[in-house]
Amino acid sequence: MALDSKIPKGPIKDKWTDYKNNIDLVNPANKRNIDVIVVGTGLAGGSAAATLAELGYNVKAFCFQDSPRRAHSIAAQGGINAAKNYQGDGDSTYRLFYDTVKGGDYRSREANVYRLAEVSANIIDQCVAQGVPFAREYGGLLDNRSFGGVLVSRTFYAAGQTGQQLLLGAYSAMNRQIGRGKIKMYNRHEMLDVVKVDGKARGIITRNLITGEIERHSAHAVVLGTGGYGNVFFLSTNAMGSNVTAAWKAHKRGAYFANPCYTQIHPTCIPVSGDHQSKLTLMSESLRNDGRIWVPKHMKDVEAIKAGTLKPKDLAEEDRDYYLERRYPAFGNLVPRDVASRAAKERCDAGFGVNATGEAVFLDFASAITRYGKEQAHVKGLNENDAALVKKLGQEVVKNKYGNLFQMYEKIVDQNPYETPMMIYPAVHYTMGGVWVDYNLMTTVPGLYCIGEANFSDHGANRLGASALMQGLADGYFVLPYTIGDYLSDDIRTGPISTDTKEFEEAEKEVKDRLNFFVTNEGTHSVDYFHKKLGKIMWNKVGMSRNVKGLTEAISEIKELRAQFWKDVKVPGTNEEYNEELAKAGRVADFLELGELFAKDALNREESCGGHFREDSVELDGEQKGEALRDDENFAYVAAWEYNGEPSDAVLHKEQLEFNDIELKQRSYK
Amino acid sequence: MNMNLTLKIWRQKNASDKGSMVDYKVTDISPDMSFLEMLDVLNEQLINKGEEPVAFDHDCREGICGMCSLYINGEAHGPDRGITTCQLHMRMFKDGDTITIEPFRATAFPVVKDLIVDRSSFDRIQHAGGFISVNTSGNTIDANAIPVNKHDADDAFSAATCIGCGACVASCKNSSAMLFVGAKVSQFALLPQGKVEATDRVLNMVKQMDEEGFGNCTNTGACEVECPKGISLENIARMNREYLAASLKG
Repeated sequence: MALDSKIPKGPIKDKWTDYKNNIDLVNPANKRNIDVIVVGTGLAGGSAAATLAELGYNVKAFCFQDSPRRAHSIAAQGGINAAKNYQGDGDSTYRLFYDTVKGGDYRSREANVYRLAEVSANIIDQCVAQGVPFAREYGGLLDNRSFGGVLVSRTFYAAGQTGQQLLLGAYSAMNRQIGRGKIKMYNRHEMLDVVKVDGKARGIITRNLITGEIERHSAHAVVLGTGGYGNVFFLSTNAMGSNVTAAWKAHKRGAYFANPCYTQIHPTCIPVSGDHQSKLTLMSESLRNDGRIWVPKHMKDVEAIKAGTLKPKDLAEEDRDYYLERRYPAFGNLVPRDVASRAAKERCDAGFGVNATGEAVFLDFASAITRYGKEQAHVKGLNENDAALVKKLGQEVVKNKYGNLFQMYEKIVDQNPYETPMMIYPAVHYTMGGVWVDYNLMTTVPGLYCIGEANFSDHGANRLGASALMQGLADGYFVLPYTIGDYLSDDIRTGPISTDTKEFEEAEKEVKDRLNFFVTNEGTHSVDYFHKKLGKIMWNKVGMSRNVKGLTEAISEIKELRAQFWKDVKVPGTNEEYNEELAKAGRVADFLELGELFAKDALNREESCGGHFREDSVELDGEQKGEALRDDENFAYVAAWEYNGEPSDAVLHKEQLEFNDIELKQRSYK
Repeated sequence: MNMNLTLKIWRQKNASDKGSMVDYKVTDISPDMSFLEMLDVLNEQLINKGEEPVAFDHDCREGICGMCSLYINGEAHGPDRGITTCQLHMRMFKDGDTITIEPFRATAFPVVKDLIVDRSSFDRIQHAGGFISVNTSGNTIDANAIPVNKHDADDAFSAATCIGCGACVASCKNSSAMLFVGAKVSQFALLPQGKVEATDRVLNMVKQMDEEGFGNCTNTGACEVECPKGISLENIARMNREYLAASLKG
């Protein structure tokens, strides 16, 4: 099947408007006869469910958590971008579009990104109308801050918990519709398969996580807003339950999986402390507005800091290497995430890591505290030269901006970041790859849609900070509700979809057989045992820096691990009860397949772009020496993989990316 | 120094089972582990022995999703302050300690299994009025059209940081949900957008709260002390004012 991205014709700035003016609509009376399933209740799924219900569709929404409010969007910290230009600093739809395409290292689809930038301003209006308490200035207007990879302040925020506030906004919109009976909410339900009837997605099979009951649910269309697959690395900033299962089942039913190797390794996370670790914690990129990243210049100071004989705050300015400011003077500490992560790895690989494991750099707020303190002393007419006073005032400002993050850090690390610099290291955070979708956000399976992080479309090979929240809400509030109508307009006479058909029966049987296998397999190792092993392979060989040898090894090691898993996994208990190990087993089984496709995709892409860094594709000389080298001639395409049995047999389809409105060039942040 | 600990954990097969406390030992626990990582160690141990692991709710493990609960040594989210159980670290305990772990207990939070409780009563209170009735359109007024006093915006934000974990209910001798409901009522009451529906909201949410079987508030303040997000008692006072005003109007 040839890929058709269905990008509307015409100039980029008119595409979305023209599209909306010309699609088929479903009249309000007919919407009452149409059912839509939404899986996942994060920013994308939650906002889509609420909006579809407002429009009049009958929505069934599903989440595996005990409440839709707990989806992992809740943990997003820093902010949400929107081209409002409230700061008058030259922002515009075009500039947000340009920054996002450039930040994604020219591997995203122009038309989708332009639309994203176009609806971004609506998101802020909508959220404020819902009562989302964004940060405000004293004049009562909304405040903004800056994020990596851009030169304007366009990020709206609510302290360090913007995701929480936006998700609670979408949750409140859902609650209104649940109260009206327009959304039927299924908490603690996990989707275990997509059901296709006559080639169209017409339902799903779920497991009730409390009772173990396997259920059939039908609808005229199915929407997946099920998040990313970062947990394939075992350790990531994702929630423990975040998984690829829904997307992977869709893949196995015919949805192509695009660019699995595009993974964001976030530069500012709390370093790993030991083997017991179950997850990693992000320290928001917003901290790079005020924090300066450094390691000591001299090895003797590194050793003294590690030995505890030198306190980092006592090291003289001239003995510190603010390596991002040194290497990238134009963007400094606010370079994009992929660049910042590789730079940290470079310093640590060279031996300058500052903690016991040698995998940490400093994120220092001392100069910001002084700067804010002086400003406050000046405003209040106090003595700007009183160091203790300045520090106190400065700490208050920093606390106001990032208090919850500093508290999180202190609880985990047991050090006070107001007094001593934070230690941070890159960790897996977000996946740009995902289910392939066309301009309508429909997958290669008719009637099956994919939104938010679960799809691949907007961030190319690297996502800019504060753009995930923007994309999730853009898809759910402003894009999908239009595009799905065009598809559903053909279904007004279809009537309810029966679940009493052989398609549902077969899918249900497959699901049951697999669950049955797990609870009866008399293996010797727990699910986590295999998940941790998979994570190690992924991190060591498919992580921040990739090469042919490592990727080839990873593929065969994952294959071997998968075989061992199916032979030797041990799942206690039964299916007919709450059984977390059983739920985990199914998720890890899917990660073990995805992991291999991920490595295969990374091996196929013989260029460095965004988060995908190939050691055999770097600039060899000139000003950009050592930086990632893209190969636009051979790789300016989306790699969309078709399932064909084993991951190694997946078939590659290429969607050539066309850049008509932005010139392809080397990404420079110098 | 690593620790050896005795755990007394509530085990209950399902909602209809009677349940009881069971003793376990864990050894070589690092002070840098989180409390839930310590339970992961126990569960790995149980699985390897062919026993059923202890069921507990958890997800983000960074204190924001509100999924984790646990009543540890008689306190919701354990001995530390301003944190959830997933942020509690083992450095708060000593070698040789005995730790008691129970579910959050309240009539409105029935036990599902072991340490997991059903908090869907919280969701139902939100369905009754925890929203502003605005449809998604893309044509609402510009976000800066209505300035909001920074003080009010900050207070609304503080109220909105509630994670819906239920620690307030578990800590309250009456199992009252007033802090949870007060936080949502306050968030909207403080913002101009929320004022339009304020009357119906507070009446409907309080009505649902009562129907769910939560107890009354007697101003003891235990909820505020144990709240991982430091939601202030002022929110209960504000809700009471809103409720009184709404009742007089209604």
